[in-house]
Amino acid sequence: MITLDFEKPVLELENKIAELRHVNNGSGVNIAVEINRMQTKVDRLLQVAYGRLTPAQKVQVARHPGRPHFFDYVRSLIEDFTPLAGDRLFAEDEALVGGLGRFRGRSCVILGQEKGNDTQSRIRHNFGMPRPEGYRKAQRLMAMAGQFNLPIITLVDTAGAYPGVDAEARGQSEAIARSIESCLRAPVPIISVIIGEGGSGGAIAIATADRVYMLEHSIYSVISPEGCASILWRSASQAQEAAAALRLTAQDLLGFGLVDSIIPEPVGGAHRHREETIRRVGEAIESALIALTPWEAENIKESRAQKYLNFGRQLPAA
Amino acid sequence: MNWLTNIIRPRIRSLVGAKEVPDNLWQKCPGCENLLFTRDLEARFNVCSHCGHHLRLPVKQRLNMLFDDGKYELIELPKVPSDPLKFRDSKKYADRLRDTQAKTGLKDAITVAAGTVGGQKIVIAVFNFNFMGGSMGMAVGEGIVRASEEAVSRRAALMIVPSSGGARMQEGILSLMQMPRTMIAVERVKRARLPYIVLLTDPTTGGVSASFAMVGDIHMAEPGATIGFAGRRVIEETVRETLPKDFQTAEYLREHGMVDMVVPRAEMRETLARILRLLMDRGASQGDVIGGSGKAKATGGGKSLSLNPPANTSSQGQLAAKRALRQVRAAKRALENLEGKESGRTRVGQ
Repeated sequence: MITLDFEKPVLELENKIAELRHVNNGSGVNIAVEINRMQTKVDRLLQVAYGRLTPAQKVQVARHPGRPHFFDYVRSLIEDFTPLAGDRLFAEDEALVGGLGRFRGRSCVILGQEKGNDTQSRIRHNFGMPRPEGYRKAQRLMAMAGQFNLPIITLVDTAGAYPGVDAEARGQSEAIARSIESCLRAPVPIISVIIGEGGSGGAIAIATADRVYMLEHSIYSVISPEGCASILWRSASQAQEAAAALRLTAQDLLGFGLVDSIIPEPVGGAHRHREETIRRVGEAIESALIALTPWEAENIKESRAQKYLNFGRQLPAA
Repeated sequence: MNWLTNIIRPRIRSLVGAKEVPDNLWQKCPGCENLLFTRDLEARFNVCSHCGHHLRLPVKQRLNMLFDDGKYELIELPKVPSDPLKFRDSKKYADRLRDTQAKTGLKDAITVAAGTVGGQKIVIAVFNFNFMGGSMGMAVGEGIVRASEEAVSRRAALMIVPSSGGARMQEGILSLMQMPRTMIAVERVKRARLPYIVLLTDPTTGGVSASFAMVGDIHMAEPGATIGFAGRRVIEETVRETLPKDFQTAEYLREHGMVDMVVPRAEMRETLARILRLLMDRGASQGDVIGGSGKAKATGGGKSLSLNPPANTSSQGQLAAKRALRQVRAAKRALENLEGKESGRTRVGQ
C-alpha cells in the first residue's frame, strides 16, 4: 500500500507491530500486552493525523489508489449486477461504467467512474477519465432508468473528463452538458456519492442529484489544485495553497450547503478499512432511497431543480 | 525627468486644450497583423477589412448590432454573494473583483437585455470577456437564470452569447454548481417551447461550453472562434503532440457536427431574425403545432413521464402540424444549404 507523507510515523509503528507478531509466533514469550499497547498508539496517531488533515492532505487521501473504487462498491452492495456497454453511437468507454442491478432488493441503475487498480486496468479504464462516449452511455442509462422507473445511483470518482483530441472531436462539452440534462430530466430519484475525487465537469455530469453525499476524505472541485495553481500562481508547485483556497473538502461543501451529508470514514481512511467504508456508503444510499420513496416524477424533477437553483442564494450576500 | 511629465506636460496640455486624439486610434489585426483604423473597425462590427478576422465585439456594440434599431431594455440582475470562498492567490479575489468592476463599469461578466430582432421578442444574455475572462461565477449563473425567467415571462426567445474561458476558479465549487443551475434555467425556456439559441463567440470553453452553451436548439458560431472543453495547452500536455491549427475552431466544430452554422458578423442579425421568424411566426398553423399556447396537457393517461410535446388530439390539427413541421424542416435545410455555400465563399475569400 502506498504510504502518504503524514502517515510515515504510523507506518513505522505498524511495521514494528508486525515484527512483534512474528516474534510472538516463534517464541512463547507473551508480548500481546505490548502489541496491544502499540496498536492503541497507532490508532491514536491515525485518529490525530486524520482528524486534522490539511486540504492538500485530503487531496492525497481522496486519490489514494487503495481506496475502494466503483467495482468494489458494486461487488459488495449490488446483487445481480449486469453491466451494460456502449453509447449506441460510437464506442464503449470503460472509464464510465454502469448497468442494472439490485440494491437492497430494489432494481436500480448504477453508474460511475472506475479508475482501475493496476497498470493494466488503469489503462483500460483510462484512469477514470471518461470520453464523450462515457457520458453518452450515462445519458442512455439514465433514460433507461426513467423508462423503467428505476432509481439511479452514481458513484463519482474522477480527476475529470478526458482532455484529448479525440474527446474534443466527438464533443466532450456537449456530452457533459447533455449528461447534466439527463440528470435533471430523470423522473426517478438520483443518489450520488463522491467516493474519491469529484473532478469538475466530469464529475457533476453524473452528480446532479437529489441527494449528494461525500465520503469524509473525498474532494469535489471546479479545478484540480495543480491546475488552479498553474493558472493563478503560475506554478503547479503552489498546489497546496490552491487546495486550501479552493475549499474542496467534504466539510467545506457541507458548509456551503452543496452536499446533503458526509459519510464518515473509519479512522485511517477508506483505504485502510475498505469493507467498512463500503458498508457505510451502502447505509447512506439506503436511507436516502427510503427517504425519497415513493416519488412522483414531476415533483422529484422540480424539487431537484429547485434545490440547485437555491444553491448559493442562502449564503451571506455581498 | 519627473518635472517634465508632471509639471510641464500638463501645463502645455492645459494651454493647448484636452487631447483630442484617442490612444487607440489604430489597432493591429490579430489575424493578419495589418493596422486597422479603429473607427472603420467599429463601423464593421470589429471585423478586419483585410482578412475577415472577427475581433472581440464589445457587449454594447453587440446589442446595438442585434436588436431592431439598436433599441433594447437592460434587465436588472440580482445581487449575489461576491466572495463566498474568501479566495486569495497573489491578490484577494474581493480586490480583483472590485478593481475589475471599477475598470469595466460592470457588476460582472454578463449583461442581459430584452427587445426584438426582426420583430420577434427576444432576451439576449451577452458575456463580457474583459470581465475576468468572461468567467462564470455566481453572478453570471444568476444572470442566466434571470434571463431565462425573463424570456419565459415575456414569451420571448432566449439567446446566450458566451465568451468565456469557463468557470470562475475563485468561486471554487460554487462556480461549478452554475453548470446545473444554468442548465435548469435554459430547460425552463425549452419547456415553454420558446427558442433557445446559442451564439458561440471567442472563446467558449470549459464549464461554460460543457453546460448551457452546448444544448441550444440552434448553435450559431462566429468565424474562427475557439470552442472546446479542455484548453489547448492542457490537451497538448496530455497527448504530447502539437495540435492542428484549426483544432477547436468554429469551423472545426461545424465539421464535427456540434454547431449548425458559422455566421459572419455582417450576416448575423439577418440570420438570427430569419431563424426567429421560422420558429416563432409559424404561419397558418400557428397554435396547432408546437404547443402554441403552452397550456396543452400531455396525453397518455395522465402519466407525467412524457417529455414529448403535447400531442394534438384532432386529426386535422395533426395534419396541419405535420405540414408545418415539414415546412420548418425544409426551411431549415434550405438555410443550411445556403449557409454551407456562404461559409464556403467566405473561406475562398480568405
